[in-house]
Amino acid sequence: MAEFRLPDNSRYKDVPGRRFKASPGATRVRTFRIYRWDPDAGEKPRIDSYQVDLDRCGPMVLDALIKIKNEVDASLTFRRSCREGICGSCAMNIDGVNMLACTTAIEDVKGEVRIFPLPHMPVIKDLVPDLSNFYAQYASVKPWLQTRTPAPPDRERLQSPTDQEMIDRPSACILCACCSTSCPSYWWNGDRYLGPAALLAAYRWIVDTRDEATGERLDELEDPFRLYRCHTIMNCTEACPKDLNPARAIADIKKMMAERQY
Amino acid sequence: MPSYSFTDHSYDVVVVGAGGSGLRATMGLAEAGLSTACVSKVFPTRSHTVAAQGGISAALGNMGEDDWRFHFYDTIKGSDWLGDQDAIEFMCKEAPSAVLELEHFGVPFSRTEDGRIYQRPFGGMTTHYGKGIAQRTCAAADRTGHAMLHTLYQQSLKHSANFFIEFFAIDLIMEDGACRGVVALDMATGTLHRFRAHVTILATGGYGRAYFSCTSAHTCTGDGGGMVLRAGLPLQDMEFVQFHPTGIYGAGCLITEGVRGEGGILRNSTGERFMERYAPNAKDLASRDVVSRSMTIEIREGRGVGPGRDHIHLHLEHLGAEVIQKRLPGIAETARIFAGVDVTREPIPVLPTVHYNMGGIPCNVNGEVVTRRGDDVNAVVPGLMAVGEAACVSVHGANRLGSNSLLDLVVFGRAAAQHCARRVEPGTRHRPLPKDAGEIAVERLDRYRNAEGSRPTAELRLEMQRIMQNDAAVFRTGETLQEGCDKLGTTFERLADVRVSDRSLVFNTDLVETLEFENLLLQAAATIHSARNRTESRGAHAREDYPDRDDGSWLKHTLAWVSPAGEVRFDYRPVALGTLTDEVESIPPKARTY
Repeated sequence: MAEFRLPDNSRYKDVPGRRFKASPGATRVRTFRIYRWDPDAGEKPRIDSYQVDLDRCGPMVLDALIKIKNEVDASLTFRRSCREGICGSCAMNIDGVNMLACTTAIEDVKGEVRIFPLPHMPVIKDLVPDLSNFYAQYASVKPWLQTRTPAPPDRERLQSPTDQEMIDRPSACILCACCSTSCPSYWWNGDRYLGPAALLAAYRWIVDTRDEATGERLDELEDPFRLYRCHTIMNCTEACPKDLNPARAIADIKKMMAERQY
Repeated sequence: MPSYSFTDHSYDVVVVGAGGSGLRATMGLAEAGLSTACVSKVFPTRSHTVAAQGGISAALGNMGEDDWRFHFYDTIKGSDWLGDQDAIEFMCKEAPSAVLELEHFGVPFSRTEDGRIYQRPFGGMTTHYGKGIAQRTCAAADRTGHAMLHTLYQQSLKHSANFFIEFFAIDLIMEDGACRGVVALDMATGTLHRFRAHVTILATGGYGRAYFSCTSAHTCTGDGGGMVLRAGLPLQDMEFVQFHPTGIYGAGCLITEGVRGEGGILRNSTGERFMERYAPNAKDLASRDVVSRSMTIEIREGRGVGPGRDHIHLHLEHLGAEVIQKRLPGIAETARIFAGVDVTREPIPVLPTVHYNMGGIPCNVNGEVVTRRGDDVNAVVPGLMAVGEAACVSVHGANRLGSNSLLDLVVFGRAAAQHCARRVEPGTRHRPLPKDAGEIAVERLDRYRNAEGSRPTAELRLEMQRIMQNDAAVFRTGETLQEGCDKLGTTFERLADVRVSDRSLVFNTDLVETLEFENLLLQAAATIHSARNRTESRGAHAREDYPDRDDGSWLKHTLAWVSPAGEVRFDYRPVALGTLTDEVESIPPKARTY
């Protein structure tokens, strides 16, 4: 009988993790259990536990990660930049849900705080996933304005506030990948299904009244995998830290596809 | 030292940094047919331009009368006359076309009823030379930087620019005073790369993280400034650090000036709209340095709010839920997450917070890096250019006006690309690099990678940040600045005893943070020493022991060279008071009131 095993760098229970205790006298202690994997070390991944005194730590999960890196274990590796939820660097799986570490309050997580890299992505090190495929898919939808009509030389292209509203939210995506990496269909077919983030980007240009390549954009998505592997599971919309609605955008694209058949 | 090998690359131009200015330069270079590499330590849309909120200034006149000459006047007055008037003329005149170009690229700007780009009032932006209030700041709700940065990255994709992402630039390759390229570490693999180029453009942003509390991202470590100082070149006007009036109390996250542009008001513990006292005309929309000082005085005199009476309230509940939802949705979200405040019902607790570096790498209007050699005050450094916050053109002088930064990025990013297109023939052959090219970078990398001292990088960084926060603050005195200089000297000594624990090469952020820390420390030294040296008050540099502006002695740019040990040497360059053309008259220095 065929036996299925997770790849070696996904099996984190074989190696015991290290444990770091909070300093004596700490009053409000929380334990952070964090996925660790260093490709240079030649070992399987493990889960390290760090006790953090919340009275000496900022309110967000990112604050705890930085505190651990600064004061306990400088080798802990993760991406971070703006710390205010706009750059999308610190997306990770916290307590089983994809979110931004910088806008997730520690208080909103019950019990031990379990932190893993974004699911089903190759891991570079610790909490740093390889997003190359995700970025390539974004680029593949040609996410730039395409027009045939030249722009007016001395003023902007006009767009009514109502038309602008259609692109206002979809253009607010921060490419954090929380949505795509929460989608079971993307886990299974991530090589050929574009995933919610890239499809939201396609949608943002399809509905932009200034863009003149709507037909070509829809043609590109007319494919059993790129678009139609969305099975309306809705994890994407649930996961989005910016409260965007990629599921709705995908549904709208499917509707446009159906409408243009008739 | 173990041997490290280089992977070599040759390009016409290499751009370091992929924020607004780096991307605008990159796409312009690619468009012009020059082979271009853009090296960035983060994926482009993670750059800190993404966090700019309020907008980008340009005298489009979509929402009332405007003229680029009014913008020119406001910017000079905002700069407290330290800005170079030729560069300011260039920027303000180019502004409308630069912004329209962004719209043509597809930036999702907010719109007026007749479909034009929406514009809001901003601090220090006036009509008729201070008489009226201008609506000049073009906005995409309150995430204009995000809209711009993503659009510029999309345009770079369109033009198939070459990106080297998560490559950390370590040092410049210099030969006989000219720049030949840059050495970078590919973080994902730990390999070293030498980029040879006819022109190297530094677009590495500011160094806000030299301070303990700042609106800047963790990645704002001014790596270009550090590289320039190590190459033996000076930085300019480093004493001018902008404190944004409205960082969230505690968290430090930015609350855009656009809140006050839309009608938001600052109030002290008595409920008084105190800005009416300090700036009777502009009130809450006075220049940022003026508002930050006024808030600091209110707090000092016991009229701060909160249990510690140590901050100020920013009210916007009177704007109504609809305006907030439409114009300031991101602010509502940020205030809820980081201050626990519902802005439709309660004020936001705010405090002046380090936000922007007016100083940086001295350059001319084309973006060419300049230095002073003897009497030549505009000596060009061949092969090296700088744009954006990393640069000091200087269009912001002693104090930048809000929404002039996004403008600076696109105007000078574009100008730099055009300058390269004029000067560099695509595919020009490269001379071989000197034998020792990149050795300095390798030496530093290896030293820090194996640093076995007793002080972790984070400890030394915190020490520096506290010194800067306490001793180079909104108000400064000779005494505190001298104290800060001395303490920072000790931090330099301790750098020899730094400890890096991560010995790996793959994504070694401990190592990268240490290289970044050295960049920060050099610029912290340039900042606090330049501040001690400048015995006057001008723009963001407010000396309590020298409260007045002194045009007789100090209407000049500071140049600061910093040695590896933290010793600082000064020279000066004159301020350009003349204009570029006769389309506008230069504005002679006068008293600055709002």
